[in-house]
Amino acid sequence: MAEIRKATGFIDWLDQRLAVNKFIKVMMTEYWIPKNINFLWAMGVVLMVLFMVLIVSGIFLLMYYKPDIKLAFDSVNYTIMQEVEYGWLWRHMHGVAASAIFLVIYIHMFTGIYYGSYKKGREVIWLTGMALFGMFSAEAFSGYMLPWGQMSYWAAQVITNLFGGIPVIGDALVIWIRGDFLVADATLTRFFMLHVLLLPLVILLLIAVHFYSLRMPHVNNQDSEEFDFDVESKKYLDGKKVESKVVPFWPVFLSKDFFVVGVALTIFFYLVCFHFDFAMDPINFEPANNMKTPPHIYPEWYFLWSYEVLRGFFFDIAGVPAMKIGLAAFGFANVIFMLLPFLDRNPMHTAPAHKRPAFFIWFWLLLIDMIVLTVYGKLPPTGNNAWVGFGATIVFLALFILLPIITKMEANCKCNNGGCK
Amino acid sequence: MAVEQSRRDFIGMAFGGFAAAGGIIALGAMKKTWDPLPSVQSAGFITVDLSPMKEGEVQTIQWRGKPIFILKKSADMPKNEKRDITTGGSTYAVMIGLCTHLGCIPTWMPATKQFKCACHGGEFDASGINTFGPPPRPMDIPPFKIDGAKLVLGEEGPEYKKLVPKKA
Ligand code: FES
Repeated sequence: MAEIRKATGFIDWLDQRLAVNKFIKVMMTEYWIPKNINFLWAMGVVLMVLFMVLIVSGIFLLMYYKPDIKLAFDSVNYTIMQEVEYGWLWRHMHGVAASAIFLVIYIHMFTGIYYGSYKKGREVIWLTGMALFGMFSAEAFSGYMLPWGQMSYWAAQVITNLFGGIPVIGDALVIWIRGDFLVADATLTRFFMLHVLLLPLVILLLIAVHFYSLRMPHVNNQDSEEFDFDVESKKYLDGKKVESKVVPFWPVFLSKDFFVVGVALTIFFYLVCFHFDFAMDPINFEPANNMKTPPHIYPEWYFLWSYEVLRGFFFDIAGVPAMKIGLAAFGFANVIFMLLPFLDRNPMHTAPAHKRPAFFIWFWLLLIDMIVLTVYGKLPPTGNNAWVGFGATIVFLALFILLPIITKMEANCKCNNGGCK
Repeated sequence: MAVEQSRRDFIGMAFGGFAAAGGIIALGAMKKTWDPLPSVQSAGFITVDLSPMKEGEVQTIQWRGKPIFILKKSADMPKNEKRDITTGGSTYAVMIGLCTHLGCIPTWMPATKQFKCACHGGEFDASGINTFGPPPRPMDIPPFKIDGAKLVLGEEGPEYKKLVPKKA
């Protein structure tokens, strides 16, 4: 241990014990960010802020919420909404942030895909990011169920039933997960635990790993330009700030992020105050009733695309029941994004999509297809809707099967505008 | 040196083995903690009196938290030997009213004499057999026993065993 001297001040006192100066350098003032990035790169910070909003509003809701099937509905819809001062604010903030966070996650994710930020040294960022997406999905789903309204109840019924599709142990597994033969009190209390304790802990841990995994390969940039961070940062420290291609995270880069966060929060509070209902399903203002299913069940908007993949196959193929195909497709859709760094077989190429013609088309087709899936996921699955859903599902699966092929062709192509350098 | 090394290895392995055993026991305990409570598992039996039912009428009762459909078939509905219950000269279809797709509750449509599941458009006929859409199999038959004009749910009577081939 180094010798502890008499401190010259509070910071020095801390520095001798916690190496705060070093820490601030590594994390903030000498954490280098490329200059050449646009507002899409601010989404990470926006997500962080939204997550904080969720935690704070969640803590206030937690003080009045009662995880008991007899009390849950009223504790939310009466106590929190009517009695608790500003209870409505916390609830609307929590509900809107839960929805908004998914919108920003999707933007964040598609930015990563567009700029090829998932490969060449950044695979772990992508993997932890997708793991975070999975955890946020579980978090959103377990939270959605807590108000014990009709839609929450049936969403829980349907989603837990999905596990019944697993061969052999399926039926027993569903009962085990629910802790009852149906979604009941035991289910509510365990989901409550997941939502307020276990999943947030896992999410916090994953966020830490996600950030850390960015430290070595550094942030990508708009042109996916490769440069030496050591050389560039040295220029900056030597005072050649204009010439240097990087800026420190704090205070220079964050000042730009703060602006984006400011805009995002303005929109957020506009929604909280004037359009909170977009995150609230009207059917959920009816208490749960296990003897009556609402006529049309759908999840929140951010799950619609995978929900549509699940029900896209509505007829049996070659004797395989439609349900099994649907489940398999659903499983595929949920893991395939994880594998993206390994499906893109153009290992050297991290250029943005507009410099990779085939990939560019692939990217936009994927985005459009997911929007189509989302829209049709909300519509009743009858008549033509069913066929559009089926078609979009096939396109979705096909795109991911094609990806290794087109990226391999791109890697082999020698021409200049074939996407190689 | 070599002796020392192997002694350390042994301590390491012994400790590791001990920890692994403890871990497995703890996992078992965690699994059991998530199991349904005994009070849930022993959910009771229910007796339903069939005599007041009218022909063509569907009655929904709750058993173990699940809806049970009982349909007294009218003359114009096709009978299904393999699934229907006959007692006192009338035929009944009894089934767990949960869609075998993802577990929504289908609704009885008297006009078409079908059960329709609104969730993903599944359809079942009057005996609960899936006729259209994603449901992979007919609606399940709950264990029952016939006691004169009464139906006892939860107990596996001989009539039930006849309908349901031995469970794997
Ligand atoms: S739950 Fe009935 S069709 Fe899907």
